[in-house]
Amino acid sequence: MAFPFEQILIQTVNGLVNGMILALVASGLTLIFGIMDVVNFAHGDLVMLGGFTGAVTIATTGSFWLALLVAVLVIAVFGAALQVTTLRPLLGRDPLTTILATFGISLVLQKYALWQWGPSARRIQEPLTGQFQLFYLQYPWYRLLTAALSAAIIGGFWLFLRYGKYGIWIRATMQDRIMASAMGIPVPWVHTGVFAIGAGMAAASGVLFAPLGGVTQTMGLDFTLRAFIVVVVGGMGNLGGSIFAAIFISLLEAYASLIVSPAQAVIVSFVVLILTLLFRPTGLFVPTPK
Amino acid sequence: MLTLTEVHTYYGKSHILLGVSLEVRPGEVVGLLGRNGVGKSTTLRTIMGLVRPSGGHVRFEGREIAGTAPHRLAHLGIAWVPEDRRIFRLLSVMENLRTGLDRPGMTEARRRELLEKVYAHFPVLAERQTQAAGTLSGGEQQMLAIARAMMLEPKIILLDEPTEGLMPRMVSQISDIIALLHRDGVAILLVEQNVPLTLAVSDRVYIMEKGLVRHHATAVELRADHAVIHQYLGI
Amino acid sequence: MTARRPPTAYWTGFAVILALLTIAPLVLPEFWRRFVTEILIWGLLAMSSDILIGYTGMVSFGHSVFFGLGIYGAAAALLSVRPPNLWLALLYGLTGAGLAAVFVAYFSTRLRDIYFAITTLVFSQIFYVIIFTWTAVTGGENGLTFAQPLLSFPGLWAARFTPETLHWFVLAVVTLSYLLLRRITQSPFGMVLQAIRENEPRARAIGYAVERYKIVAVMLSGLFAGLAGILYAIQNKFAAPDFVFFLVSGEVVIFNVMGGMGTLVGPVAGAAFFLLLREGLSRYFTEYYLIPVGIIFTAMVIFMPQGLLGFAKRRLNQ
Repeated sequence: MAFPFEQILIQTVNGLVNGMILALVASGLTLIFGIMDVVNFAHGDLVMLGGFTGAVTIATTGSFWLALLVAVLVIAVFGAALQVTTLRPLLGRDPLTTILATFGISLVLQKYALWQWGPSARRIQEPLTGQFQLFYLQYPWYRLLTAALSAAIIGGFWLFLRYGKYGIWIRATMQDRIMASAMGIPVPWVHTGVFAIGAGMAAASGVLFAPLGGVTQTMGLDFTLRAFIVVVVGGMGNLGGSIFAAIFISLLEAYASLIVSPAQAVIVSFVVLILTLLFRPTGLFVPTPK
Repeated sequence: MLTLTEVHTYYGKSHILLGVSLEVRPGEVVGLLGRNGVGKSTTLRTIMGLVRPSGGHVRFEGREIAGTAPHRLAHLGIAWVPEDRRIFRLLSVMENLRTGLDRPGMTEARRRELLEKVYAHFPVLAERQTQAAGTLSGGEQQMLAIARAMMLEPKIILLDEPTEGLMPRMVSQISDIIALLHRDGVAILLVEQNVPLTLAVSDRVYIMEKGLVRHHATAVELRADHAVIHQYLGI
Repeated sequence: MTARRPPTAYWTGFAVILALLTIAPLVLPEFWRRFVTEILIWGLLAMSSDILIGYTGMVSFGHSVFFGLGIYGAAAALLSVRPPNLWLALLYGLTGAGLAAVFVAYFSTRLRDIYFAITTLVFSQIFYVIIFTWTAVTGGENGLTFAQPLLSFPGLWAARFTPETLHWFVLAVVTLSYLLLRRITQSPFGMVLQAIRENEPRARAIGYAVERYKIVAVMLSGLFAGLAGILYAIQNKFAAPDFVFFLVSGEVVIFNVMGGMGTLVGPVAGAAFFLLLREGLSRYFTEYYLIPVGIIFTAMVIFMPQGLLGFAKRRLNQ
């Protein structure tokens, strides 16, 4: 089966773009797991809430950039509140309990969104219209902008982790939460902070994704699922790994949708997950413990 | 300054501490000796809030601290140097120190002063500032663990078996550091298996057996009391 | 751990409830009759899930697959043979569920908790996508409709189901399943499962072939879930992808948690509780009933993890 070069090219770029958005979602998820052993079932719903918050902000102010900022801040604060009320009491309990708790939260958030904003999808206008020349094709600027912004956010966060006092706190807590506490680092607040950051990143993805795919209250599950797959394939807690995995999986899906329908292309990522779990259960970049 | 009264601690169903009582006064070096498994480390962990005692009292400067979160105790002036050192392996030496150095109220000047002082005691750490802590040798890691605790400018340091697995040369270095800290007025609760070292650096010594303090004497007295040493420590 | 003789209080209670359920179709209006029958079916599904979650400690979001295969398997049987045959439906449904169970069982031995939970979730979604898109075979979005089979004992007698006999049939199957599962969970086998839940490495160290126990647990769980699916197909004469959507698995987990994991009766009570809540709350909240239910569920996970009947487990503890 030979495909015209331009289709493959477009799908490659699509894969990269989608991969970056997914990486943004997955980074938050893997960080949250890495630092407090919480598998956040509601992560995709935070993406969804971010999208809606952004849509509402744009409807009132007309500014995409303001919408992005507002969504990130609001959802980050919301995430912090959520963590403090429902997840802190669960610290030290069996990790499966947190899956159940976040699952319950996910249900509530989804239905809340349904109640608040109705069942139909919202679309928002992209801030940058127009297309540019990619070889002899036209490709939308906005998609590239999304990838660039996602990369910038992730990059910014990486820098924050590397340098600066709070970055040290986060990295120390990730490695040894008890010793970090013994050194005076307020671990419960580090946890809240990381959850808030993860939530903020999820919200940003939601707003960035909105012009591409719209926002509906059921989109959460899809994002959660794919983010999970990315996190497992990349290695739980492994930031670099999940970025690579996100791009890898998105590229595969993009190529697959040349052959099957997009709904079915999703199976590709499932298959990758199963294969990873069979042969390298702790991720492609993390050595297998036993 | 630090008082334990009839402290009972469980790990799950195991009753580890059966009513431990001891005391550390300001500026003192107090040794805690005993065979393996008698509960010495558990005592330190109970003090440090890592495990909540089921009975008894732990008081620091007059206030009850049993079960308080470790990060609050660090700010109160209690530092912990655990048995396996637990340095942050993926952080650099400097970053390890910063976990204790980056505290509210530390001005730039004080930070530099403290760092210089610690580097003066541990020049090796100054050399390896930017190296990942996990690449340091065992002895260097122990130095780092102690230096890191010093960053908290604590009133008391809980030192858990600092000489374990170290070469004799390093053991005497540890001895020097303890003496230095003592001179600076920092109290130390030293858990050790190395009896001669403990007797040399401590003011007073407690000996534990099966979850209780069985014997208590000044180091001077104990040095002469071979019978007791043999009975509880098998030497 | 010796099995104690169950107190007469337990058996009395059991008999009373059984009696009530038996006369239910005779006294209740049709709507509530169906409601009770549905509680029984969901209760069976919840029990099957309890084997995994409550007794073995393996959280699975994959029950929608077993349930769904039970439904679609039965549907296949009921559509392929005239007159629609009850036993064939059972056979197809159980086979389908069984095959899926083998697949999941394989993964259960290779993966720890969280990874297993995620995999079952993914698996149930793959399954949903397949059912949804393979329209030719599964009827896709619209599902399949078929006729109810006859209650037949080959060679002896056959009759159409009436609402009453259907209810009694379901009641009989569910009761027998409950008794069987209870027997199993109280046997040495069941004790080992609980040991695995409490402390897997220790169970392994003692010498139990943990993998084998897990596989059997998954198979049991899957088969009974499939059975619930078959019953559902018979009752409703309709199969749709909705039943295979992961939310079904999610709801099952909710039954388990709310009712009390590891008690067998607990999840049934949880199912009843949930369905009643849904019935009651949807009068006020319409389709948003899940908001208060979700909040209640989350609160229970945090503050009352033993569930409604969890405390009873210690009392009854047979």
